[in-house]
Amino acid sequence: MTPAPSPEVLQAPLVVEFPFTRSLGPVQSAFLTGLREHTVLGVRTTDGRVLVPPVEYDPVTADELADLVEVAPTGTVTTWAWNPSPRRGQPLGTPFAWVLVRLDGADTALLHALDAPGPDAVRTGMRVRIRWAAEREGAITDIACFEPYDGAEGGEAVPHRGAFTDPVSGIVAPARLDYTYAPGRAQSRYLRALADHTTYGERCPSCRKVYVPPRGACPTCGVATEEQVEVGPRGTVTTFCIVNIKARNLDIEVPYVYAHIALDGADLALHARIGGIPYDEVRMGLRVEPVWSEDGRYPDHYRPTGEPDADYDTYKEML
Amino acid sequence: MREVAIVAFGQSDHRRDTAETSEVEMLMPVLHQALDAVGLRAGEIDFTCSGSCDYLAGRAFSFTMALDGVGAWPPISESHVEMDGAWALYEAWTRLLTGEAETALVYSYGKSSPGDLREVLTRQLDPYYVAPLWPDSVSLAALQAQALLDAEVTRDRGGPGDIVADERALAGVAARSRTAAEGNPHAQLAGSPPPETLLDEPYLVRPLRRHDCPPVGDGAAAVVLAAGDTARRLCRRPAWIRGMDHRTEAHSLGVRDLTRSPSSRLAAERAGAFEAPVDLAELHAPFTSQELILRRELRLGADVRVNPSGGALAANPMMAAGLIRLGEAAAAIHRGAADRALAHATSGPCLQQNLVAVLEGEAS
Ligand SMILES: [Zn+2]
Repeated sequence: MTPAPSPEVLQAPLVVEFPFTRSLGPVQSAFLTGLREHTVLGVRTTDGRVLVPPVEYDPVTADELADLVEVAPTGTVTTWAWNPSPRRGQPLGTPFAWVLVRLDGADTALLHALDAPGPDAVRTGMRVRIRWAAEREGAITDIACFEPYDGAEGGEAVPHRGAFTDPVSGIVAPARLDYTYAPGRAQSRYLRALADHTTYGERCPSCRKVYVPPRGACPTCGVATEEQVEVGPRGTVTTFCIVNIKARNLDIEVPYVYAHIALDGADLALHARIGGIPYDEVRMGLRVEPVWSEDGRYPDHYRPTGEPDADYDTYKEML
Repeated sequence: MREVAIVAFGQSDHRRDTAETSEVEMLMPVLHQALDAVGLRAGEIDFTCSGSCDYLAGRAFSFTMALDGVGAWPPISESHVEMDGAWALYEAWTRLLTGEAETALVYSYGKSSPGDLREVLTRQLDPYYVAPLWPDSVSLAALQAQALLDAEVTRDRGGPGDIVADERALAGVAARSRTAAEGNPHAQLAGSPPPETLLDEPYLVRPLRRHDCPPVGDGAAAVVLAAGDTARRLCRRPAWIRGMDHRTEAHSLGVRDLTRSPSSRLAAERAGAFEAPVDLAELHAPFTSQELILRRELRLGADVRVNPSGGALAANPMMAAGLIRLGEAAAAIHRGAADRALAHATSGPCLQQNLVAVLEGEAS
């Protein structure tokens, strides 16, 4: 038994980016198209309140709502928070106040940014107006921000048909989140050893099975695994499939074979590509060995060793 | 109705960064802590339910990796909520009430360290009108705090059900919580200067200072539930769940009165919290202003011990902090430090969703 060392944990940047594409219902479409046209729409509830921004269902009664009204681009701050260091994606790049603004004619408040010189220039009850974005496309960001305003108050909400030429029917909301991925103790050890062309599994102290790649736990017993066991490098193909679809960003000619490989000494098969043999000659029981990637940090694929095929009985438990 | 109790509780030491362990590696000692307390092995549990969030990990279906920790082979009866573990506990409770299971293991975990939590949490907001503005979680809490401060300036003070909310009161919550956390070996933050000194600190997002906000950190928790006589067999003094309810409010902040939490009030009512006084309350109030709001809605008088664990201001591991409130309240009953306790969990911005449970120990 090798007592496991505690190597420095691996870390790597991980970026998750997704352009969420969303369709709009009639109410949201009218609201966002309206912003593009310098028009702020709300929706009137069955009991007469005006919701801005508008929603399709009343948050109190759950009634379906479609009775559109136009409200003023001026309003009153109902609460605020001073943001001294704007973050990526926020409406303004200089310090600003987050505000909830009840537009004149509305009964509810809209969240946005207020451009103000400092926190002492902001208070609940202050009057503000919309500053429109120079370029508008039918999105909440068509409102660049709010700005202080001391002109006349807007009037009551007035009916609006919500009809515009070329209405927007959807939005694309890009999102990006940055992470630092750390695979933890067991996988860090596995990846470090792999760079030395050594494959480690971990043995369960309870059922004695050897798991590869190790994740620090035995999924059968629910106990931590610590004992490192060197496995491979050779192994046996337990099952396989022939891939006929070319993956994007993957420079491998199709068809190719993807297989489950039981490394010698392991009790769980891992999966990898098989090379060095025509795809239609790969078979269960084929003995294979790793071919290392150009930078030598992981097996790029496995190729036949030339040994006789393994007996079915030696790998049937791992199918 | 079948009786169901919390019979064991375990939690990790909550820390800013746990890069040296994967989620399952962080979770496993906690699972064993809870199971060992009642002498059960993972394979002997009838139903398992967990809470976690893919957005924290930045990986789809990340919870499936944690299943290795509960021995999910051969197949077990299992469920997952993409929420705080308090809601996983609610699901397990209903499963036990139906008689389909005699025991349940509930666990939850969250590592905030891999990402930027304030940005990650913007992705839970309304994607049409709010999320494109990327308002971070501290800023939204600050809007709520300012609304509370404004409301208290105009309100008659000292009346029944009223609260005094000024920046001094907020600092008082912070100082009391973190001083209490000195007795909690799992807390991420413990100890605090007096409130007057805290008020000298600069604002983080005005009106919130750093002490008004929870620490960002990693952690995990696990709870074992059992029904009737099984609970009595496993635990000397089970923490019986007398009632539990959860409610949600409109997602749009601008339609809500941010100084109130009607969903907490309603959940407490339905959970039976107002039928008799409680002697202890574990509130999931990540921001100081939220504790003041919750105290009023949950009708907690000055005689109720609130968050002797330090609460979420001392450790707020996402997805676990709510379950920890239930666990801490239950543990106080287990050791005889409380007879009737209220536990609360929240989720979403500005107390959007709230869960309340009432726990009782039998007279011994
Ligand atoms: Zn095992």
